[in-house]
Amino acid sequence: MAEAARARKLPLDDKIHTWPHLVRMEFLVALFATVALTLWAMMVDAPLEEPANPTRTPNPSKAPWYFLGLQEMLVYFDPWHAGVVLPTLIIVGLMIIPYIDINPKGSGYYCFKDRKYEILTFFLGFHILWIVTIIIGTFFRGPGWNLFWPWQHWDPHKVVALTNVDLPYLLGFRDYWVSAIVGLLVVAAYFVFGIAAFYFWVLRVKGREFLERWGMVRFTLTAVIFIFMLSLPAKMFLRLVFNVKYILVTPWINI
Amino acid sequence: MSLLQKIKNDIVESHVWKSIFRHGYEDTPRNRVMMVTANVFLHLHPAKVRRHAVRMRFTWCMGGLTFLMFLITAVTGVYLMFYYRPVAEYAFADMKYLETDMPFGMLMRNMHRWAAHAMIVFVWLHMFRVFLTGSYKPPREFNWIVGVLLLVLTLLLSFTGYLLPWDQLAIWAVTVGSNMARATPLLGYEGPFAEFVGANPVYDARAFLFGGGEIGPHTLLRFYILHCIFIPLVASILMAVHFWRIRRDGFSGPSL
Repeated sequence: MAEAARARKLPLDDKIHTWPHLVRMEFLVALFATVALTLWAMMVDAPLEEPANPTRTPNPSKAPWYFLGLQEMLVYFDPWHAGVVLPTLIIVGLMIIPYIDINPKGSGYYCFKDRKYEILTFFLGFHILWIVTIIIGTFFRGPGWNLFWPWQHWDPHKVVALTNVDLPYLLGFRDYWVSAIVGLLVVAAYFVFGIAAFYFWVLRVKGREFLERWGMVRFTLTAVIFIFMLSLPAKMFLRLVFNVKYILVTPWINI
Repeated sequence: MSLLQKIKNDIVESHVWKSIFRHGYEDTPRNRVMMVTANVFLHLHPAKVRRHAVRMRFTWCMGGLTFLMFLITAVTGVYLMFYYRPVAEYAFADMKYLETDMPFGMLMRNMHRWAAHAMIVFVWLHMFRVFLTGSYKPPREFNWIVGVLLLVLTLLLSFTGYLLPWDQLAIWAVTVGSNMARATPLLGYEGPFAEFVGANPVYDARAFLFGGGEIGPHTLLRFYILHCIFIPLVASILMAVHFWRIRRDGFSGPSL
């Protein structure tokens, strides 16, 4: 681009003075935001309920709204997974983004075409999975964490049939240990086939040259995080369509 | 020379004035640079920035607004601290007192709470914007990591503050939010493999967070200190690193 700029006789340096250009902007935005916040704070009071009472549990008990995505995941996974493992993977997954994304294009400007897959993945993780689960948890969950429409009366006695069964049971396995082994195989197969499918998909859309440049470590990290991310919609699908409670049941962990 | 001009000259030429302000205010390129470099607060900026770093269309102003919300919560938070005692017997009564009897108490509380919520929304949007413009790409990879840590700290700041009103909303939201810690593999007593480590209800990850087996007065004090001292301190240090790195690496933008 430097050559193009020189050809068009544009200055190579597009810098302007911070004072007044940037400082002025910051001042105006800060002023506007502070006024808007003050007006909002004058009109809408922060909630204060009755004094804390450890003996009276409200139904539903909801976490602060920004954690409702995690609470919504508890419907589909056990707390150790939805509350500890997946949040940790979200944070780690976010942190490694700059290291697994080796696309030199799209740095410093908005462009969808140059980095389609990166943006679509972020969109799936952030907008679809994170924001939508927060919206469901905030507006669509009532007593007993049952689904209610926002305009529906919150009936604490709503009857919901408990029809969920474990996947091995659904497949016809009744013995405890055989079921555990089948469950383990299904989970292992999910990851093996998931990572293999991811490999062939990258090979098809990006080519072998890219895979070599990308390297084994980057590929594995991306594949594992990506397959973990897809496990949420996969489990949601199994639950909502086939009433699957767990895939793997053992005395120690259930998935 | 008019009298006014003479008084002005006497002030600007005085020993005291010159010891504070190192340069004049005439609109010269030199003064424009000095305005930034001679001022500790404005010195967060470089003296010159690239043209699009000023455009709201590019930045959405989200990083700056997140920082502004942090400053507002710090200022209003200090005001609230004057009237609030983190003791279970007093906390809720102090909230009522603060809301009804203290001058501007309700307004300060409202601003504190809404700024905290806005900070979370802004920090998410800031991350989204930085992702869209690919601003985490070399040489700014590490600053993205610092940003993710700041995002987590923002959530924790808001979460620890959630408990302080000591009302039903507070303790149950924090109970639900913290129950996950109870299920930590190995370290939480309801988590997988806890029996091998010996975690129990009063000696596990959640008890460490709560300062006891159940949410109670000890939790209130613990969250208060985390909320008012520990997390703001860590966040401030990381913010200094975050801003310093932007300054060193330059503002991201298309190559010339």
